Formats: sequence, structure tokens, C-alpha cells
Amino acid sequence: MAHIRKAEGVIDWLDQRLAVKKLAKVMMTEYWIPKDINFLWAMGVVLVVLLKILIISGIFLLMYYKPDVNLAFDSVNYTIMQEVEYGWLWRHLHGVAASCIFLIIYIHMFTGIYYGSYKQGREMIWLTGMALFGIFSAEAFSGYMLPWGQMSYWAAQVITNLFGGIPFIGSDLVVWIRGDFAVADATLTRFFMLHVLLLPLAIITLVAVHFYALRIPHVNNQEAEELDFEAEAKKFQEGKKRESKVVPFWPVFLSKDFFVVGVFMVLFFYLVFYHYDFAMDPINFEPANSMKTPAHIYPEWYFLWSYEVLRGFFFPVGPIAAMDIGLAAFGFANVIFMIFPFLDRDPKVAPAHRRPRFKIWFWLLLIDMIILTIFGKLPPLGINTYIGFVAAISFILLFVALPFITKKDALGGTK
Amino acid sequence: MREFKILGVVIFFTLLVYWGVEPFAHSQMHPHVAPADFTFKDLGTLQKQGDPKTGADTFMNAGCIGCHGVQSQGMPAPMDNASASASFGVTPPDLSSAGAIYAENFLAALIKNPAHALKVEHKFNETRQHPMPAFYGLGDDLDQEIADIVAYLKSIAPKQMNGKEVFVDACQRCHDMKYDKMYTTSDRETLAGYMGINPPDLSMMIRSKGTEYLNIFINNPQKQLAGTSMPRVGLNEVAQEQVISYIEETGDRKKSQREAIGPKIIGFMLIFAVLAYLWKVKIWRELH
Ligand code: HEC
Ligand code: HEC
Repeated sequence: MAHIRKAEGVIDWLDQRLAVKKLAKVMMTEYWIPKDINFLWAMGVVLVVLLKILIISGIFLLMYYKPDVNLAFDSVNYTIMQEVEYGWLWRHLHGVAASCIFLIIYIHMFTGIYYGSYKQGREMIWLTGMALFGIFSAEAFSGYMLPWGQMSYWAAQVITNLFGGIPFIGSDLVVWIRGDFAVADATLTRFFMLHVLLLPLAIITLVAVHFYALRIPHVNNQEAEELDFEAEAKKFQEGKKRESKVVPFWPVFLSKDFFVVGVFMVLFFYLVFYHYDFAMDPINFEPANSMKTPAHIYPEWYFLWSYEVLRGFFFPVGPIAAMDIGLAAFGFANVIFMIFPFLDRDPKVAPAHRRPRFKIWFWLLLIDMIILTIFGKLPPLGINTYIGFVAAISFILLFVALPFITKKDALGGTK
Repeated sequence: MREFKILGVVIFFTLLVYWGVEPFAHSQMHPHVAPADFTFKDLGTLQKQGDPKTGADTFMNAGCIGCHGVQSQGMPAPMDNASASASFGVTPPDLSSAGAIYAENFLAALIKNPAHALKVEHKFNETRQHPMPAFYGLGDDLDQEIADIVAYLKSIAPKQMNGKEVFVDACQRCHDMKYDKMYTTSDRETLAGYMGINPPDLSMMIRSKGTEYLNIFINNPQKQLAGTSMPRVGLNEVAQEQVISYIEETGDRKKSQREAIGPKIIGFMLIFAVLAYLWKVKIWRELH
């Protein structure tokens, strides 16, 4: 055992027992980040802030929420929104943060794709990130069910039904997921459990792994320059700060992030107080009613692109039903991002603007996903169905083409 | 400069998605309908000048009080709620405030032909009569008699009403307002039978429908829900505004609190952002 001396102060007392000074170095003051980055590298910290808001507001909501089909709606809309002091604020924070976190996740993801930050040692960062995306999706879906409004109920109905399309076990699986033959009280209580316990645990664990996965290969930079972090860190510590190509996480990197977070929070709170309908759909303020199908059923905006891939295939091909093709495409859409690093056959790490074919591919993908998102919400009528179909097919073809395109870029060399 | 370019790209695509899934999608899902019409143009205008004194007698003889109460004039409802529900499917409202809350020409048209004024002719016809019978007159000029009744109802109506009172007289025979502990006066089962559907609780309508929709819908339900059994209630502009603000007070009780602390928190974050910027500049100065 280490020799314990009389402590000179609280920090020293802790240091002797927990090595807090060493810890602070490893985590903060000697955690080196490239200097050549832009504000897109602050999205990770913005996500952490949003996650904290979700956890804290969620804890307050949990104190009054009642997971019971007869009580849930009123516990949210009356008890929390009207009776509890500032309960409405917690709910607005929770709802708006849930929507915003997906916006930032998408920006974060596309940043990673653009700068090639998913390969050459950074695969685990990407994989844990995509796993987080998947679990966040489940978290958002289960959370949306809790107020037991019209869309809670009908989205649950439609989405759980999707599993029925899986061959052989489909219909049993649907019942197993719902805990009942129809979406009912048992469904609500189990999704409540997932939302407040199992999924948050998984998220917090995965976030830790995601951060850890970043330590070994280090953060990428705007020009994808390969840095000798030890040498650069040494320069910084010797006082050659201008010359060094790295900066410490604290305070240098975070000082920039705080500013980005501050600006983002201005927008965020504006949305919380004045412009929340996009995140808290008015239709969900109508109590769930199994006898009254809403005129339009659609998921939250962040699921629309994959929903549209599902809907896009609206006609059968030979003996295969439209629904089954759509479901296969939907499955494809949900796993394809996961294996992104392995579809990119160009071993070099470079930002998209230095990869001539990939650059075009990148913007096409972004535009295609936006088209899918927009048409995913529109009623599937007339021309909409055809645009949806073309966009869905394009999405799949883009990913089929990815290995070839990146291979060609690799052979042609980067600019 | 590069950062601004990137920021521009991020903002552009974010706004594009927002526009697509919010304003654009809503315009596609909910086609625009004409604004509320408080003149009830389709019912024409009141031609005759009514006399409240004659109207009082006409009213008593017209049979209205066989079904309706007029509490303010010491005339209680002739039947209790249960038997009224059983007879009519819905409890006939008290008429004390009718002259204040309904548009004049609407009231006249209602007395002459209820199903027409209420826009429920798709539900009622010769074989299935509306529970409120049309008034065929006492033998004199029908339009004059009706104008007199309207004038009488206006003369006894209160000068000042609040939103809740409008709700009680105009909506409560069908709707609950659960979050204000107000429940329909009709028997639920017969009401559902009469309407063909359970009239929804109005507590959260302000959040689920919004002011604009409510304003058009209450003025003429058929515009938003073609074929619906909810009648056109015929509120005048003032009364409708009051009932909507009552719906808002009940469903969005914390609105004023929300609007009061919003600027403070946003202001706080602005100051935070400025201080963070200054700190960042200070730290990065020695790095470039
Ligand atoms: C046989 C019973 C009966 C008689 C007689 C009757 N009513 Fe009605 N009245 C009703 C019922 C029932 C309703 C509610 C109908 C509904 O909501 O579908 C009603 C509704 C009304 C309303 C509210 C309409 C609205 O816009 O919501 C007014 C005002 C009214 N009656 C006035 C009168 C007047 C004035 C007379 C006399 C000329 C009269 N009623 C005679 C049964 C009657
Ligand atoms: C005679 C019964 C009756 C009266 C009186 C009545 N309503 Fe309704 N109301 C209904 C019924 C029935 C529905 C359900 C309509 C449907 O879904 O087709 C309804 C639906 C509504 C809705 C929901 C509309 C939607 O889009 O789902 C609102 C809001 C509403 N009523 C407000 C009012 C207000 C405000 C008043 C009083 C000024 C009122 N109603 C008076 C029967 C009534």
C-alpha cells in the first residue's frame, strides 16, 4: 500500500487516495486534441450537454409520471404540465432536447463521414457511435410512447407491427414485443422500463466506450493530417504553443466548445419556450384512442428517412409483396451505416473535398436523405409515391456504389 | 472564414429539413380553408326590427320553455338532465345567455330551422327529426315573431360574460373540460348515441389543435371535419374568442409563466455565450 502522509489540503488528500492529479492530466490537461479543427468538432460536447439535460429533466418527470394507460396522459398533461411547479419546463426541455439531440447526432455523423473519421484505427469510434444512434432511436421511440397520446399509440401500433414481416417468427415476435396481442398496458409498462432504465444504462455505458475509443487513435482534424501527438504535445509543453499542432482538452479545446454550446443553447431555449411544436407534435396532445385512426400517421422527423425507405417500395415484384421489399430495404437502411468503414475501400484518411468521387457521393447522400425525410412525412399520394420510390432506390444504390467509388478514388489518388 | 462557410452549409440544410417537415408538410396535410365567418353569410341578415316586450310573450307561447330553462328569469329547466338526455339525446341548454353569445341572424335562422342553421342536415331529415322542432309561428308574420323572440333573448342576456360561462351554455351539453372539473350535463351513453361519437374532452384542445384551427372549426365544424355531427354552434365573435381563451387557460395554464421566464433564460445564455467567446479569444490568442 502507498505511504499516506498527512494531507496538505483536500486535493492532496484525494490525490493520495484517488490520484486525482494524474486523473485530471489524463482526462483534461494532457488530453491532446489537434489544433486544426472547426466548430463541427464541438458537436460531441453539445451532445453531452443535451444528454445531461435529458437525464436531469427525465429524473424530474419520472417523479410524477404514471405508466398506466388510464393515468399516463393526465399525469403528463395535467399533473406535470399544470400542477407541478415548472413541470412544464422539464417536459419542454425533455421533448425539445430529444429532438435536438438527433439533429446534432446527424451533424456529428455527417462530419465524421465528410472528414473520413471512421477508418484507419477509428473504426471503433464509428461503431460505438452508430450503436449509440441505434439505442438513441429506441430510446426516442419508447419515450414518445409514454404520454399515451394519439401518435404514441398509433406509432407504437405501426412500428411494432413491422416486426411481423420477419419470416417465420414475425407474428410471435410482435406479440412478444407488445406483451399482448394489441398495443396495450403491458406494452406501455415495458417500454417505460426500457426508456427509464435499460436503454439509459446502455447509453451511458456506450458513451464511455465511445470516448475511450477516441483516446487511442486520437481525434481527426480538418486536413486529416497524421500527427505525432507525443512530439506535438512536447512542443506545447515547452511553450512553443504557436508551433505545436495540438492543444490540451482543458482549457483550450473546451474554451471553444463552451462558446459553441452557449450559442447553441440560445437557439435551444428559444425552441423550448417559443417554438416547440416541431418536437412535441400537437397530435400527441390528443389522448390515445384505439377507435380513431389519425388521418396521417408519421414518425418523428428523425425517423422519416428510414420510414420513407420502407414506404418507398409500394408495389410488389413478382411473388414478393411490397411490404416485404420495403421491410428488407428498411432493414438495409438501418444497418448499412454501421458497416460504413468497411464499405469505404480507400485506405487513406482524407476530407471529402480531397476525394473527387467520394465528394459527389457525399452530397448526393445528404440530399437524398433530406428528400427521403421530407417525403417521409407527406401523404403517400400521386407523385409523392414515385419521388419516394426513386429516393429510396437511390439510397440503396448509393451504398452499393460506395465500395467501387472509393476504390476508384484510391487508385486515382487524392488531390 | 472557412468556419462561416461551414456554418452556412449546416444552417442551410437544417432549415431545409425544417421547412420540409414542418410548414411544407403541414400545408400538404391540412389544406387551407377559408377563415371564420362571423356574419354567417349563408343565413342572410335579420330583416325585421324586433320588439323585446312582444318578444317576451311570443317566447312564452312558442314552446321554447317546454324544453329549455331560462334561469335568469326564474324559469328552471322543465326536466332534469337525465330525463332531458333520455328524451332528446342531449340536454337542451339554458337560454339565459343565448342573446349574448349567439349571432343575431344565427339565432333567428336556428329558431326557423334548427338543422339548417346548425349545419346538421346530413344527419336529420323528415324521418329523423332534429330534437328541437322548427318554429312555425303563432299565426302572424313569422319573421316578425322570430325577430321579437331574438330581441327578447337579447334584452335578458347578461352584458358581461366570461369564457367559462360561454362554455357552460354553448358547449357543456356535449363536452367535458376535465382539467377544470367540468363534465357534460348529458348522459354519456345517450349522447354518444345521439352524436354517433363521444364528443372529446376539450382540456388539451389548445395544444392539440391550436387557436387558428379552433377559430375556424368552432365557427363551422364542417369546414375542417366534413360530415361531422358536431353542430355549428353559431357563437358571435366575442363569445368565440372568450371560449377559446377559456380553452387556452385550461389547457395551457402556464403560458404566461413560460413567456415570462423565456427571455430571462435566453438572455442568460446570451451572456454566457459572450463571456465564453471572450474567454476563448483570450486563451487562443497565444496559440495562433
Ligand atoms: C322539443 C324541445 C325543444 C324546443 C321546443 C326548443 N328547443 Fe331549443 N334545443 C333543443 C335541443 C335538444 C337542443 C340541443 C340540440 C343539439 O345540440 O343538437 C336545443 C338547442 C337550442 C339552442 C342552442 C343552439 C346552438 O347554437 O348551440 C338554442 C339557442 C335554442 N335551442 C333555442 C330555442 C328557442 C329560442 C326555442 C323556442 C323557439 C327552442 N329552442 C325550442 C330542444 C328544444
Ligand atoms: C351537440 C353537441 C356539441 C356541442 C354543443 C359542441 N360540440 Fe364540439 N364536438 C361534438 C362532437 C360530436 C365532436 C366530435 C366530432 C368528430 O370527431 O366528428 C366535437 C368535436 C369538437 C372539437 C374537436 C375537433 C376535432 O378536430 O377533433 C372541438 C375543438 C370542439 N368540439 C369544440 C367545441 C366547442 C368550443 C363548443 C362550444 C362552443 C362545442 N364544441 C360544442 C359535439 C358538440
